[in-house]
Amino acid sequence: MTALEASGTGTGPATDAKASVAGSTPVTPAAFNPRRDRRRKWFEIAIFVGPALLIFLVFVIFPMIMAARYSLYKWDSRQPFELAEFIGFDNYTRALMGGTDPETKEIFWKAYAEPFWNAVGNNAQIIALSMLIQLPIAMIIALVLNRKFPGRSSVRLIIFAPYVLSEVVAGLMWLMLLDPRGPVTEMLAAIGISDPAGGWLEDPQAGFWTFFFIVSWKYIGLAIILFLAGLSGVPPELQEAASIDGASWWQVQWRINIPLIGPTVRVWAFLSIIGSIQLFDMAWVLNKGGSTGQYSTIATLMVDIGTQRNDGGYASALAIIMFIFSMVAAITYMTLVMRRDNGARAGKGA
Amino acid sequence: MANMRRVGAFAAFTTSAALLLAACSSGDGDTTDPTDSPTNGEAEQSAEPVTLTWWHNAVAGDNGENALGDYWQTVADAYTAENPHVTIEIEQVQNEDLQRTRIPLALQSGDAPDLFQAWGGGELASQVESGYVQDLSDTLADDIERLGGGVSPWQHEGSTYGLPFTFGVEGIWYRESLFEEAGITEEPATMDELNAAVQALKDADITPIAVGAADGWPAAHWWYNFALRSCSQEVMAAAGVDRDFSDPCWVQAGEQLEEFIATEPFQDQFISTVAQTGATSSAGLVASGDAAMELMGQWNVFVYEGFTDGTDEGIAALQDDLGWFPMPATDGGNGDPSAALGGGDGFSCYVDAPPECADFLSFIVSDENQMAFTEATGALPVAPAAADAVSNPVLVELAQVAGNAEYVQLWLDTSFGTNVGGAMNDGIVSIFAGTGEAQDVVDLMTAAALTE
Repeated sequence: MTALEASGTGTGPATDAKASVAGSTPVTPAAFNPRRDRRRKWFEIAIFVGPALLIFLVFVIFPMIMAARYSLYKWDSRQPFELAEFIGFDNYTRALMGGTDPETKEIFWKAYAEPFWNAVGNNAQIIALSMLIQLPIAMIIALVLNRKFPGRSSVRLIIFAPYVLSEVVAGLMWLMLLDPRGPVTEMLAAIGISDPAGGWLEDPQAGFWTFFFIVSWKYIGLAIILFLAGLSGVPPELQEAASIDGASWWQVQWRINIPLIGPTVRVWAFLSIIGSIQLFDMAWVLNKGGSTGQYSTIATLMVDIGTQRNDGGYASALAIIMFIFSMVAAITYMTLVMRRDNGARAGKGA
Repeated sequence: MANMRRVGAFAAFTTSAALLLAACSSGDGDTTDPTDSPTNGEAEQSAEPVTLTWWHNAVAGDNGENALGDYWQTVADAYTAENPHVTIEIEQVQNEDLQRTRIPLALQSGDAPDLFQAWGGGELASQVESGYVQDLSDTLADDIERLGGGVSPWQHEGSTYGLPFTFGVEGIWYRESLFEEAGITEEPATMDELNAAVQALKDADITPIAVGAADGWPAAHWWYNFALRSCSQEVMAAAGVDRDFSDPCWVQAGEQLEEFIATEPFQDQFISTVAQTGATSSAGLVASGDAAMELMGQWNVFVYEGFTDGTDEGIAALQDDLGWFPMPATDGGNGDPSAALGGGDGFSCYVDAPPECADFLSFIVSDENQMAFTEATGALPVAPAAADAVSNPVLVELAQVAGNAEYVQLWLDTSFGTNVGGAMNDGIVSIFAGTGEAQDVVDLMTAAALTE
């Protein structure tokens, strides 16, 4: 805010006094007009923020309000909304607990709550596994790559490549590779690893793990690049000083590098958590979350119900639930974990 | 080609119509004057320029061929030549995109194409209830009568909202040479015979049946057929209207499917296999002779052809070796053993479309053009008068089975609508995957029906 005000005052008189061009010393203090200045300031804010705000309102806030409204209706999404019937929070109770009617609770639980909680469970597992598996692997690779060695940039490029690949291309590629008669399946079979009974992706148990492997392959590059960027910001003097004091390579990493890239790791974890909650494209491309939902996520379930089964109200309720999950996760993480990073920066600035 | 022929795989809705297909009643004196295009005169009266927009699902296949799309263009050209004041703008859209996204959004936005693909059943009923489609009952009364029972999936509560141009039933496709190799001499007519054939093929080290369960609906069609054999026509028809699945025959269908899966008739990892894309799909397995049988609709002959080298000899060799028989009869059950499952493709007119739309639709399904359609694409026509134009021997047999069927049931997912149909397919795939039971399918369908 202070920055904006300053720039406002700086350029304000320009219209009245040519003399003040290029921010020279205040030649014409008499021309300073606080009201016009304030108007001008708001005009500038409107010009710069307006278009973005408009797009945000039209494409984010408005659809969210509409989704919240749809979620309270029984609505065949192929029909005009006028034909929809208001049913209160039934769509929510259907997802969360199989509805409130004891007579239909059992089948509603089986048909709606079970797939929903299965998807929530998959999302939660992916978050947890990202922290437990992706984080350590990415960290080790980043630390190793942080040294100078021949071909370092090519190795970095290769590791980052999956992240840059389009989600659909990567998904189709894995579909072909992991086909029951696909090359990876055959190669693994040749070294004695036979694929699970239902195939790598569609097996009701193994499918999730194959999916998690593909997602990790796709996104670990981002973690590594972020960590590498963080590591390059660690002052080399600290590492040299530690080495001179006799610290081993591992001690340098553990005592100096890893703690110092803490903020980067925390930002990555935040992106990873939000990304895991909203995970959609890969699961959808592979087979709409799996033929038995073995790697379905809330987002694939929502799109499936909304576009394949045209239950617009229920799908909107799932969208709102997902929004709430993301928001709660984001706010909790911000206040509990990232506060110290933000706090430190704010402290420095003050 | 493959996808566009996946008629009604996911489609929607209500009329569990008993379709009496007179497709092959060539001896019955059904012959009408093939050149008569009844409403041409009316249209010519409005000389003001009219533009008809037309969305259909005929897109080019993997090999770049688009026989149906090319044929539609010639039909449009012929019509505009006769009616110079009409311009027809065609848009070709891939089947699922068209059905799931483009048409529903266009209808809701109020800026819809005049003439668009319609798969009939529950989906069309939903469009009718929303007031999106034109009632053609009076304007095209002659055509409706001429086309016969095949029109019923495009009817809702006694009125007609679209006309089909192709319709067929499904059955089991097989490779005759593989049957020979396994020593099977007769087409199985009962489940016992089918089980024996499966065993014989396994003994000869041949994969008996291919199924593309990863796509859902191809697996579900096995259950539909068991349901057709275990449920009476009345129960079927009632379920199509009021979504009542309380009759025990629905659970029995699942139990019969479980029993059948337990005999391990399908290829390895069928749950990972798709139906039509690539050499490892179920159609690819049959086309390459890696599997002996597949349960599929009439379109599959074209899917198989897509896996040949595309030469006339290659296609002829495949057709020579391709056999077809209807779903075998099961022990017990209240269903008629001759009943068949089927579906088709048609077109509907948007409610605000100009009168030329109905006139053009009538032109499309005229006897003359139905014959030209069959000659150009090889597919089964709906107009009885065009039945003689069918040249593929398997499709001729298929049309006879359809004609002799006690009744033809529209694909169950199309009939029940996307919501109940989707729940049903999910439940059936779970049986295939071993994670669900017969009762689950009925429970999922019942729950979905309660939310409508």
